[in-house]
Amino acid sequence: MGVNVDLTTVWAFIIAFAVFMYVVMDGFDLGIGILFPTFQVGEERDQAINSIAPVWDGNETWLVLGGGGLFAAFPLAYAIILPATYPLIIAMLLGLVFRGVAFEFRWRDPRHRPLWDVAFSLGSFVAAFAQGVTLGAILQGVTVAHDAYAGGWLDWLTPFSLLTGAGVVVGYALLGATWLVWKVEGSAEAHARRLALYAGIGTLLAMAAVSLATPFLQYEYWRRWFAMPGVLATAQVPLVTAIVAFLFFRYLRRGAMAMPFLLTLALFALGFAGLGISLFPYIVPDSVTIWDAAAPERSQVFMLVGTAVIMPVILAYTAWAYWVFRGKVGTHGYH
Amino acid sequence: MLENLDAVLLARIQFGFTVSFHFIFPAFSIGLASYLAVLEELWLKTGKDLYLDLFRYWVKIFAVAFAMGVVSGIVMSYQFGTNWSVFSTKAGPVIGPLMAYEVLTAFFLEAGFLGVMLFGMTKVGRGLHFAATCMVALGTFISAFWILSVNSWMQTPTGFEVAPDGRLLPGPSWLAIIFNPSFPYRLVHTVIAAYLTTSLVVGAVGAWHLLRDRTNPHARKMFSMAMWMAAIVAPIQIFAGDMHGLNTLEHQPAKVMAMEGHYQSHPDGAPLILFGIPNPAEKRIDYAVEIPKASSLILKHDPDAPLAGLDKIPDDREPPVSVVFWSFRVMVGLGFAMLGLGLWSLAARIRRRLYDWPWLHRAAVLMGPSGFVAVIAGWITTEVGRQPYTVYGQLLTSQSHSPLAAPAVAASLIAFVLVYFAVFGAGTWYILHLMHRPAQPHEPEPDATPVRAAGITPAPALQPVSAE
Repeated sequence: MGVNVDLTTVWAFIIAFAVFMYVVMDGFDLGIGILFPTFQVGEERDQAINSIAPVWDGNETWLVLGGGGLFAAFPLAYAIILPATYPLIIAMLLGLVFRGVAFEFRWRDPRHRPLWDVAFSLGSFVAAFAQGVTLGAILQGVTVAHDAYAGGWLDWLTPFSLLTGAGVVVGYALLGATWLVWKVEGSAEAHARRLALYAGIGTLLAMAAVSLATPFLQYEYWRRWFAMPGVLATAQVPLVTAIVAFLFFRYLRRGAMAMPFLLTLALFALGFAGLGISLFPYIVPDSVTIWDAAAPERSQVFMLVGTAVIMPVILAYTAWAYWVFRGKVGTHGYH
Repeated sequence: MLENLDAVLLARIQFGFTVSFHFIFPAFSIGLASYLAVLEELWLKTGKDLYLDLFRYWVKIFAVAFAMGVVSGIVMSYQFGTNWSVFSTKAGPVIGPLMAYEVLTAFFLEAGFLGVMLFGMTKVGRGLHFAATCMVALGTFISAFWILSVNSWMQTPTGFEVAPDGRLLPGPSWLAIIFNPSFPYRLVHTVIAAYLTTSLVVGAVGAWHLLRDRTNPHARKMFSMAMWMAAIVAPIQIFAGDMHGLNTLEHQPAKVMAMEGHYQSHPDGAPLILFGIPNPAEKRIDYAVEIPKASSLILKHDPDAPLAGLDKIPDDREPPVSVVFWSFRVMVGLGFAMLGLGLWSLAARIRRRLYDWPWLHRAAVLMGPSGFVAVIAGWITTEVGRQPYTVYGQLLTSQSHSPLAAPAVAASLIAFVLVYFAVFGAGTWYILHLMHRPAQPHEPEPDATPVRAAGITPAPALQPVSAE
């Protein structure tokens, strides 16, 4: 794979970084939403939601950067993928509407709190599932003609995309459960630790299933993963995944607080790297490469200047905001 | 009529619906964020608890409004791709980077510091907390800067080159794109509108509580602050709007013709049509009430100056006159009503009756939502007035949409309508509920209502036993 580092490649990595940040950061928010009904009404739920109340908005902003960045850096890809996955995107957006307002509304209206808790869970689940199905839809490829989407509006619906949908839901649940292991205490923590075990097993199974199915979607994927000599490099991904998984279960059993979450991040990074190996340099498999879809150089340069300066600042104050709210949430708050 | 309900029209309705709903929240939160920063600064400077009470009162309302602005805003960032993919491909190289800058410089700033602003007062100290509030306020302004630059570029595109495949590509200077001709006017007009909208809401809440108890110190303070703002800003806004109109006449004359209802050209002085009913079929304004030559006087500063009408514009390049004509009158009418309220409050101040003039308070309550109506009316005027183009003079709306089937767009439109009315209806109800309750001395923090324990377990040395 001769990768010559040009502006377009740099932008592909920036967008991939934004998407990864979104997946792991809003992933644990959404995961908590997915697991929410299994927590007891009252203190357990309040702890869980308070552990993300100060940060969820910032986490979700990475989705806007992913979407906005794709629009700006690869307008053609944005214009093909979004119409191709139209019902999924709309479902995701509506799910995020319910999830987002529930944070505020459940406190504003104690009488209807059960209703907003359902909105929180259901919104989180729908958003996560839609994102997972979208991933599958992109991996399996979309019909493109004359630089535009040329398929029907339900083409994305296949067993494979449903599998990736389920995989993302379980994966987010794992992120959410391990985040809670770190941030909550008492019965909620014990419950989260149990959930993390099940979600960990489920996530690994889903990763294995998707990994096994992907090479059979298209010849190109098969060649990328298994042709010599590339296989020497690509084989490291499942190998390291196995090691991380082993460590994850070990730390989880031993009662570690932060390590299960951090190892889950590593697991997601490996899955993400796997997707990168499958896709790069295509942004719409087999039809549009990142260079086909790229914005003109003037647009790329203009944005790169800003990104290079501003991104470190964003990461710094985001880290600060997390630092301010570090440690366990506590059951009684601050009064 | 039904045969016109094609995918393009449905996509336009969907965009108009989602963007109008979204615009309500920033129009409020831009002004409210600044108001909160002012309140906190006054508290830090004077040490008076009254300001802290007001800060905590309004920050709860801000949190609800902001959450609704965020979730409705995310929808907008994907609407371009889902429904307007051809527009995205063609205009993306120019406006995409501006929107990326909005995310990088504004959204992260707002979201990153919002958590500290809402929940962090006891964790980071007063100075840092005030800094966080200012960052959120700054973020709302920066956001307005970029998105209005994008919108203005679509109205008055400059600094671009047309590629052989029809894409609009950035020229050598990004400054020519960002600071396109209508941008400074639109930015000033819109940001002032946000401040005015917020001051009318704050004034209405103050007046509401004055009507129940005219000695309420919190109600007095917020009413007085809001009425100063309205009295000072409303006349500035009318002046800024006039300047914006002259700018539009220069760059988008067809929009002004539709606003004015000038179907015909007037070679020796055009009348100002105050009211009337546009008759698109006959291309005239029925029952027009007009002031002769006044339109030429306003727009050209010469009563006899010739003004071209829509008869000079090809029929398929005209904006829909009725919509623009009415929305413009709603906006201007409300603008003058706001000016009237501001002047009334000044008169009340001079007569020392600001806090005990129930009719003034009733008028202020009535005017509470007027800012939102004016903002939406103004938005409709400028957006519908840009038709039939998405990028004025360059890209037709009918050639901008995604290759989508009408049922898909219709289904998603229905979903948006149902969800938005349910969710944002509930949110508006909660905001009204918060406003109905008067501000209290020692107003509780947001995280204490009811058990909002967003806090962490602090380091043992900081265990706030004294915070009880």
